[in-house]
Amino acid sequence: MSAPPTWLILGASSAIARAFARQAAAGGANILLAGRDDDDLQRTAADISTSYNVAARVEKFDAVDFAGHATLAASLADLDGVLNVALLFGIMPDQAAMDADPSLALACLDANVVGAISILHRLAPLLEARRAGTVIGFGSVAGDRGRLKNYIYGASKAALHTYLAGLRNRLGRSGVHVMTVKPGFVDTAMTFGLPGMFLVAQPSDVARACLAAAAQKRDIIYVPWFWWGIMTIICAIPERLFKRLKI
Amino acid sequence: MRKAERELAGWGRFPRARCDAARPERFAEAVAGFSASSAANGICLYGAGRSYGDCALNGGGTTLITSRLDRILAFDAATGIVQVEPGVDYRRLLEIFLPRGWLAPVTPGTGFATIGGAVALDVHGKNHERDGSLGQQVTELDLVSPDGSARTITPLDSDLFRATIGGVGLTGFITRIALRLARVPGGQVRVRTQRCADLDAFIAALQDAAGAAYTVGWIDGAARGSALGRGILETAEPIAGDFTQPPERARRVPVEFPAMALNRYSIAAFNEAYFRRVPAAGRTRDTPWRSFLYPLDALHDWNRIYGKRGFVQFQCVVPFEAGPRAVRELLEVISASHKASFLAVLKRMGAGRAGFLSFPMPGLTLALDFPRRPGIEELYARLCAITLNAGGRVYLAKDALLDAASFRLMYPEFSQFAEVRRSVDPDCRISHDMARRLRLQDAA
Repeated sequence: MSAPPTWLILGASSAIARAFARQAAAGGANILLAGRDDDDLQRTAADISTSYNVAARVEKFDAVDFAGHATLAASLADLDGVLNVALLFGIMPDQAAMDADPSLALACLDANVVGAISILHRLAPLLEARRAGTVIGFGSVAGDRGRLKNYIYGASKAALHTYLAGLRNRLGRSGVHVMTVKPGFVDTAMTFGLPGMFLVAQPSDVARACLAAAAQKRDIIYVPWFWWGIMTIICAIPERLFKRLKI
Repeated sequence: MRKAERELAGWGRFPRARCDAARPERFAEAVAGFSASSAANGICLYGAGRSYGDCALNGGGTTLITSRLDRILAFDAATGIVQVEPGVDYRRLLEIFLPRGWLAPVTPGTGFATIGGAVALDVHGKNHERDGSLGQQVTELDLVSPDGSARTITPLDSDLFRATIGGVGLTGFITRIALRLARVPGGQVRVRTQRCADLDAFIAALQDAAGAAYTVGWIDGAARGSALGRGILETAEPIAGDFTQPPERARRVPVEFPAMALNRYSIAAFNEAYFRRVPAAGRTRDTPWRSFLYPLDALHDWNRIYGKRGFVQFQCVVPFEAGPRAVRELLEVISASHKASFLAVLKRMGAGRAGFLSFPMPGLTLALDFPRRPGIEELYARLCAITLNAGGRVYLAKDALLDAASFRLMYPEFSQFAEVRRSVDPDCRISHDMARRLRLQDAA
């Protein structure tokens, strides 16, 4: 019997990542939980191996420790079975705080853009050589248009969307599928207690939609799906008008 | 740990409380947040919001929501002992362990309840008379005190353990629970259903069924006269077979019902139909564990049926000697009030209990929902008085309206609880609305 696939989950401490890891494991995949909070990830690894009878292991990973990215990628070269990657890390500092302290804005870009490109660009040759696998990158509806309330985070996600589109083109030639996910509001620690949340999705629903869409080799998905409609309307507003809105 | 002002309520959606709530997703963050709290009204723990009243509400204080601390940490297939974080719920235990032949040994009527909350309320199930309360199956707990110190306690640490099981969260933050699961031979139970024409027949049938693994009686709270106390008795035995459960087909109550939707006529009509649903000769059917244990979980948000004002559940237990008379008196008051809602539950309890403030005692337990309408406080107080008079008590997991003096009389082991509680949290850094209402933090 061939070895089961493995999902490498980058930024595995978040609620969406936990739900995603569980559902991937329930489907029979081994799980690598990559993130900074080792103690907490060990708990999630225990949960997954106890619950689903698959191998689950923690990998030290920091989005902005770029040097460490090469080490992680190299350690995966000999992995048995198909390697899949879910990129779920990202930070969303308060826009006003970033306006007051531009270094926070740079930290956001460092983690969400530079960190993402750094790790995926090191994994790309590996995936090309293996000629199989799926990459799921988590962008955001915030990346579809620059809004007053969230445009640094939005810019970081727009950059990620563009990068993922290029990577999709590149890796597709080697049989590796890249999917961009644009979640709307999800009920996580990132959004808990924020004002103005509506139509909030549960992490497990987002994870389920992502795995189903990846199996169908979709390129870009909104989750929940209706955010496609909301963002189509928001993107259709003429800039002349949009620049006066506070949405 | 980010906090946000939230209005929280229990399953009865009454009362409601505004508090600063946090919902940590990481373990260390939760423990640090718990011990750093310094709000005037203290901090309380809130799981899935499935207890009915105010035992997890903390108006004007801080609330730590544990639902995202939901990891299964270990399972030993030789002993059946599972270790979990407090936010793991019964649904997850069933999903993961039933296919391997293991089931939670004691479960309340909803799978959405968290294990942390279930331990803090020492819950019981339809198998109480035979298998006791949940706390009796707990082998170990990790408990974090308000000062941040952590310890592992077992039944051998008898006082702190007995104050924590059923201790309504007042001795600390339960951060890990080890409990024994029970072996089951298959994925289904054989359910025998029979009608009982009146209260005497019902109580006799319950007594005949005392040897059954699972027993529950549905009672028509609206019936009066010669039909008073009529209902349906269900008994069930596990059967051997494969473990697959049919896919869940859940529906959701989409909106709050208007207040007038539930009235004495609609309720009487529903109960009549429910009673007639079972053939007069009774019937036997095989049912998957999930739908047997958690029949209402397939209807998400069913508490919305009671509308904006919510509802109150009254659950009491009365000792066997006084039981039949007390239950008759309770039902007479209830049916004369025309305030009862749909079906109520009547069943037998055994002696099994694990905490000073645990609910169970050998006797008959009766539970009914009441839509929150004017006059409900007086009715509830009357029911409490009848219960107290019969030597019984009211279940804190359901309660929103009991008074502190009656509580003391119903729970004679309170003095032992109070002594232990004071030694672990002398400054009352943990607190909640129920603790203040029932004066659970006063000296004995």
